[in-house]
Amino acid sequence: MSDVWVAVIVVGVVSIVIKASGPVVLGERRLPRRVEGVVDLLAPAVLAALVVTQAFASDRDVVVDERAAGLAAAGAVVAVRGHMLLAALAAAIVTASLRAM
Amino acid sequence: MVVGGAEPDAGAGGRGGPAAAVRHPAPIDGQDHASHDEAAGARTARRRAAARRALPFALAAGTFGASFGVLATSAGMGKVAPVVMSATVFGGSAQFAVASILAAGGTVAAAIVAAVLLNGRYGPMSLASAPALKGGRLRRALEAQLVVDESWALASRGDGTFERPTLLVTGLVLYGGWVGGTLVGVLAGGAIGDPEDLGLDSAFPALFLALLATQITSRAALSAALLGAALALALVPLAPPGVPVIAATAACLIGLRRNGRPA
Repeated sequence: MSDVWVAVIVVGVVSIVIKASGPVVLGERRLPRRVEGVVDLLAPAVLAALVVTQAFASDRDVVVDERAAGLAAAGAVVAVRGHMLLAALAAAIVTASLRAM
Repeated sequence: MVVGGAEPDAGAGGRGGPAAAVRHPAPIDGQDHASHDEAAGARTARRRAAARRALPFALAAGTFGASFGVLATSAGMGKVAPVVMSATVFGGSAQFAVASILAAGGTVAAAIVAAVLLNGRYGPMSLASAPALKGGRLRRALEAQLVVDESWALASRGDGTFERPTLLVTGLVLYGGWVGGTLVGVLAGGAIGDPEDLGLDSAFPALFLALLATQITSRAALSAALLGAALALALVPLAPPGVPVIAATAACLIGLRRNGRPA
């Protein structure tokens, strides 16, 4: 089975289980507060890591290339609370333009 | 999945307990048809109101889903896998993580772990909303699949309880938009050509940045983000693609230093 399908199936199953876990496993009890505190921080940590690795990494090198300019454009859109798709569009346009030069 | 757009107004009217019972004198045959019809009518009206409130989110979900379809296809995921993913995972951050990590040459394991960690927050959200759902375990587990950031936020009454009709209707509307949008994106994306010429690889970090901005709701979240970013960058030269992202989750352990919820 291809890499893509392995990832899709596993992530799909795990996501379904995660969402089902509330009603099925714990009923009306809640996670301990400290664990909730940690889980709350998962998304910010992982998303930030994804931002930097997708914008500044090329295989095993840290590089600053046209993607960095694209990220800056996206940052400007996000800073003025523009829609996230506009941020993505801005990034794509800036990066593509720089590459075309 | 955070679709972006307006923050849901926690005080919006129309939510709350069931409509007050309407009293009617009992008809001669002993069955109270009128009040039953009234209650059913009120339920339908509430569902329609919830669907209307969810419509802007559905449109946003549709365009966001289309962007996932386009990017996932050009990242090499084919045309079927992205749609299946949207239908089962129903989470933008996790889905984009898989697409981008695989496209960057990361391992399947790294892509899976990153996606699972990103969807990890739905665990506590599922726990919080579980008491509001109905039926046996299987049915409630099914209903819980409709929990995403927007449906959860719109259904929240602010006191820790959730309104089931709003949760389900909003979730269904978002789900339809998300999967439908992905399908459109997948069909359109195949016609695009070299993604790097179009700067599409730059779209991934841009989207993650926008998603990140919506998740920074506390100083602890900001600290975790900065620490996670630093950890990931530091590890890039030392580990294969994908692993730095996983290792960066150690940043969330700062959440253990506090006794209660982070400020």
